[in-house]
Parts: sequence; C-alpha cells; structure tokens
Amino acid sequence: MSLRSPLGRVLGLGSAKGGSGHWYSQRVTAVALVILGAWFIASLALLGPGAPYAAVVDWLRSPFSAVMALLLLAVSAYHALLGLQVVFEDYISDKGTRVVAIVGVKFALVVAALMGGLGVLRIVFGAQA
Amino acid sequence: MAQPERPLSPFMHYRWQYTNTLSILHRVTGILLSVCFFVLVYWLAAAGAGPARYAAALATIGSPFVQLLLIGGLFSFCYHLLNGIRHLFWDAGYGFELPVARKTGWAAAIGAVVLTVVLWFVLGFWPGGAA
Repeated sequence: MSLRSPLGRVLGLGSAKGGSGHWYSQRVTAVALVILGAWFIASLALLGPGAPYAAVVDWLRSPFSAVMALLLLAVSAYHALLGLQVVFEDYISDKGTRVVAIVGVKFALVVAALMGGLGVLRIVFGAQA
Repeated sequence: MAQPERPLSPFMHYRWQYTNTLSILHRVTGILLSVCFFVLVYWLAAAGAGPARYAAALATIGSPFVQLLLIGGLFSFCYHLLNGIRHLFWDAGYGFELPVARKTGWAAAIGAVVLTVVLWFVLGFWPGGAA
C-alpha cells in the first residue's frame, strides 16, 4: 500500500515539495559521470606521463574530446554542487552559515567550470598555435 | 525511567560498522573530488593560456602537496565510482539483502584500492613528477 496520493505521484513531489528534483538530478549526473569519468581516465592514460603540452592540444582539438571535456566540467560541477549541498545541509546547523556555504560553493563551482570550459574553447579555436 | 520509549536519533545508538564507514567514506571522497575539480580546471585553463602557462601549471601540480591531493583524488575517484554504482543499484531496488550488501561493500572498498594502484601505474603517475 502506498501512502502517497495519486496527485502526489503525478507531481513527483514529497512533503518537502522539491526534493525529488534534487535527488533525481544527482542520479542522472552520476550515470553520466560513470561514462565521462571513464573517458577522462582513458584520455589521461593516452596523454602519457607528464601530459605534454602538444599532446593536450592535440587531444582537445578533436571535437569529440572537446565536447566530452566540456560535459565533464559541467556535469561534475553540477554533481559536486548537489552533493556538497546535502553535506552542508546535514552538518551545518546554523542557517545563516549554511546558506552562505551553499551559495558560496555554487558560485565557486560555476565560475570554475566556466574557466575550465574557456580553457578548452581557447584550444579548440586555436587562440595560440 | 523518565522517558523510556523515546526513539533516539540513529547516530546516537548505531554501533560503528562497515555500513556507516562506507557511507561516510562516500561523502569524504566526494568532498575530495570536489577539491580536485579545481585542479582539473586549473590544468585546463593553463593549457588554454599557452605553453608557458601550462609548463608553470605542471610545476605547481607536480609539487608534493598537489601530488598528495591527486593521489587521494585518484583513490576518491575509484571508490566514489564503485560505491556510486552500488548506490545506483540500491536506487533501482537491488542489492539490499545483507549478505549482498556486505559483498558489494567489500568489493567497492577492495576494488577501489586495487583500481587506484592499477591506475597509478597506468597513468604513470600523472603528471610530471616521478614518471
């Protein structure tokens, strides 16, 4: 027997109204990161020890690698953001500190992801040869 | 016997065991991976800024402190990946039986150590530094 109302099932919302979206996004990004993570480790192995500059440029010049690298940045930033939010919610009891920590980490991750993405795009569009 | 039947918060009476160890390890490795994310960004941004900046970044990444962080990051990647797959199976409703959960838990922990060592050699250990 389910204690959920039919309307609740359709909306996919629990009593907290918005938790299922967070939970679901965490899982979808997790599945994506299994693929992206495996790709990234394989790429590092192919770059060879020390990851020489020429090899990195060659690697990111390929459209597939560039798209995967951008996805890795975006998806891992989002996954980290969702996970760290839960950690902060669980362990920081003071509301002000908690909100500042969550928002601060969100800002930092978004800025970092964009900076990494810019680095990839600069190689793709060959700002320096 | 003032309040004999009041339920306690789980953390106040759970004994320490493999389940909560693995659970906390998942969080710790997740936090470590979040830190390593910034190293990834630094590396990619430096590559985009040209050979000189890239060489400087490799020197920084090759420093003992960052190398230590990356070794922790490599283990975190392996453990978080394997235990994360375990979590995804739970979310789909499989693997809750105690003997199964115990086996997959050990598999994630031991598998992560083995995978870390293997990748360490395969990556040789990236970047710069020793290899």
